Amino acid sequence: MSKEKLVVVGNGMAGARAVEEIIARGGGDRFDIVMFGDERYGNYNRILLSNVLNGSQNADEILINPLDWYAENGVKLHLGEFVSDIDRASKIVQSKNGVREHYDRLLIATGSRAFIPPMAGAYAADGKLKTGVFGYRTLDDCSDILDYVKKCKKVATIGGGLLGLEAARAMMVLGAQSHIVHLAGHLLEMQLDIAGGGLLRKAIEDMGIHVHVKKSTTEVLGGDSVEGLVFKDGEKLDCDMVIVAAGIKPNAELGVRAGLRVERAIVVDDHMRSVDDPNVYVVGECAQHRGRVYGLVAPLWDQAKVLADHITGKNASAAYHGSKLATKLKVMGIELASMGINEPAEDRDEVVQFSEPKKGTYKKLIVRDGRLVGGILMGDISKAAYLMQAFDRDSPLPEERLSLLFDLGTPSQKITFDEMPAEAQVCNCNGVTKGAIGACVAQGKRSAPAVMDATRAGKGCGSCKQTVGELVAWFCGGEIEDDPSIHYYVPGIPLRKPDLIKVIKEQGLKSVSAVFTALAGGEEDAMSKPALASLLITIWNKDYEDERDARFINDRVHANIQKDGTFSVVPEMPGGVCTPDELRRIADVAVKYNVPLVKLTGGQRIDLVGVAKEELPNIWRDLGMPAGHAWGKSYRTCKSCIGNEFCRFGLGDSMGLALKIERRFRGIDSPGKLKLATAGCPRNCSEALIKDVGAVAIGDGKWEIYIGGAGGSHVRKGDLLCIVDSEDDVLLYTGRFIQFYRENAKFKERTYTFVERLGIERVRAVVVDDSDGLAVQLDTAMQESIAAAYDPWREAIAPKTANQFNSIVDAKGT
Amino acid sequence: MTTGVMVGDVTQIPPGEGRVFLVAGRQIAVFHTHAGEVFATQAECPHLRGPLADGLTGGTTVICPLHDRAYDLRTGQGLKGEPTSITVYPASLDDAGKIWLSITD
Repeated sequence: MSKEKLVVVGNGMAGARAVEEIIARGGGDRFDIVMFGDERYGNYNRILLSNVLNGSQNADEILINPLDWYAENGVKLHLGEFVSDIDRASKIVQSKNGVREHYDRLLIATGSRAFIPPMAGAYAADGKLKTGVFGYRTLDDCSDILDYVKKCKKVATIGGGLLGLEAARAMMVLGAQSHIVHLAGHLLEMQLDIAGGGLLRKAIEDMGIHVHVKKSTTEVLGGDSVEGLVFKDGEKLDCDMVIVAAGIKPNAELGVRAGLRVERAIVVDDHMRSVDDPNVYVVGECAQHRGRVYGLVAPLWDQAKVLADHITGKNASAAYHGSKLATKLKVMGIELASMGINEPAEDRDEVVQFSEPKKGTYKKLIVRDGRLVGGILMGDISKAAYLMQAFDRDSPLPEERLSLLFDLGTPSQKITFDEMPAEAQVCNCNGVTKGAIGACVAQGKRSAPAVMDATRAGKGCGSCKQTVGELVAWFCGGEIEDDPSIHYYVPGIPLRKPDLIKVIKEQGLKSVSAVFTALAGGEEDAMSKPALASLLITIWNKDYEDERDARFINDRVHANIQKDGTFSVVPEMPGGVCTPDELRRIADVAVKYNVPLVKLTGGQRIDLVGVAKEELPNIWRDLGMPAGHAWGKSYRTCKSCIGNEFCRFGLGDSMGLALKIERRFRGIDSPGKLKLATAGCPRNCSEALIKDVGAVAIGDGKWEIYIGGAGGSHVRKGDLLCIVDSEDDVLLYTGRFIQFYRENAKFKERTYTFVERLGIERVRAVVVDDSDGLAVQLDTAMQESIAAAYDPWREAIAPKTANQFNSIVDAKGT
Repeated sequence: MTTGVMVGDVTQIPPGEGRVFLVAGRQIAVFHTHAGEVFATQAECPHLRGPLADGLTGGTTVICPLHDRAYDLRTGQGLKGEPTSITVYPASLDDAGKIWLSITD
């Protein structure tokens, strides 16, 4: 098949990005690509123009696609050619200088130009801007401004938006007295509310820039060149130069001449095609989608992707649904993030705000129905990555609204990612630095899972995963790729956990290999095996077909592997209580088998550490105690204080309850380990408030039940689930919560993440108030699991697999 | 010099798992996949000497139980960003279900 010809009018950030995306999808094999650029340069980063203006970067440093890039990618580029006409009937574009190209498909990405508001005296007799008046949009504008400012003392910038502020700052840096003239009542009115705009104004004035708001310029004074401005209120401002940064005007005239429908810009459908011509695509600031024209860069990236998917046929149904506007920027050295609306718009909108004017810190969030619909962060934007993601994905916010503005409970993030040095270690387990993550993103890994695979960051204890995710987003400039597999229970089967459970039940899949065969095309994935095994046990209980290879080594030999390949043995000891006889047997075993280390665990038990695999069955037999399940993703143990039996403060029998809990839930598999505790009074000596489930006696036979606590790599106080009247009810609600967690949590998701993800209100509704009518079902399922649980140390008598406890097998033939 | 060594019956290794065999004074991890193939590698992970035979396997991948380093059983190549690789030994099954390894000195 011969190649089609794709002609791109416009070589700015939209046009060049779209071509990059098309090439990335193999479009180079499908199209001969020809581009027209009005300017004299390859594509450059327009956002960085202010750096060129203030001298911190050269023009060639902001180039994204230098001219070599076009040649290397087989793109023919007509530079300095302004396309003046499109003949859609014969499919030909023509430039002002007469260059003609035929096209099969056309992409219009002509962008926009500086909008010059109507002012008397702005133009000279020849129709060009008066000497000393400049638009601010292109590299050529920059060099003209830089030339002219040398002979100026006082510069007025019209427009107090992003561009205007940066231009005014550059003028100050260049030694001129700098004035900002702004039409609205406060600066950056698109991004900030009145309070935020006021704070910004103060910071700017402190730098020595003069700010004039509510000023509508009616006239530019001066004969041959600029001498001043006149405002609608009659006031005047003397100046010898004017920079106009009062907004943009889409370059849509070409569309008008070509007979395309143009309103504020060229009107497009969801595939980014002109509504009039299926062969003409439009992206960027010259496109109007569902009534909106976007002037920021992030929507343009989204549009370019959709267009590329569609035009290359990679995804013919790719559709753009509009972008939610969120932006993070540095205005004159002040860090700023802004998203959505900046004032509440409906009665139910909830405003959360914090202001510390002395430090220039201002934070304001607008929450609607538990979702973020708008926000402003100034000065301290350490929460920006999280909030912008929550805004973009419309995800539910934590009930603790304060945690939206500040990091609570965890060591505070004292420095922002901007300030964090490249050599700062982010993942301590695997020694991955901020710089390494940045390098990885630069190599094209643009999602957290891809970066984590490539760098191993977050693959140790996992406590840095969130930071790694935020850093990836930060390096991508918010343009992180959504990896749908993060929602799947296991990566190889595209189903979320509840859907996967449904399919497994429907098809009666009882072993891990049966699941791979039926749902993953027979493709085994090592890391998915334990996750599936855990799920199948939860679903089928005694009918689960156990394949030991699907379990982690700890679950194959019922002990916890150590760094030297030996194991640790922990017998059951509910509430930290044992008999003198049991204690003696433990000591005897330690002596008999030369156990290198005898250690009390954090869960109030005794750990025999450094045992060879071969010795495990013998030790279990000699101990004569049940397994403590100290190795797996399962119920582990229940700690306890002394309770009311001996303690003078005791209000409830915490030891007795711990024993009941342990006898009931031992051997129950779960997505993550479950560490429980009971406390005999609110003094909480057994740390029940930071356990997956904690029961605290409060007198009169009543117990508080806390869930989702943590005291490990993550520290979190549990949420109060409910207060109950009896030990039986503690067992009931504990069991129901654990079963709900088993059926809905991701594998390895601890309760503290699970409860936070769903929100305590949701968990309480299901578990306590039975809002979904699941209580009976959950209780029955838990009871079936309890009935099917067994003590795996009985395998001491009958090993389950060949050479199960042999660390070395002698080769028969040698 | 390459020698063929019979290390034992394939029933010594449950499907999907690995076991360490002592072959002429040398420890070698031998794996038996669900697909019915056998593979042999060095016994210890090059990272921090984790026992590879205790690892999880999936298809022709093994994952060290200590720090999740992943290797290809066929080639020894490190996977998922793991830069180091492991030694592999040619392994085969005969009709009687015996595992044979080729060991080069």
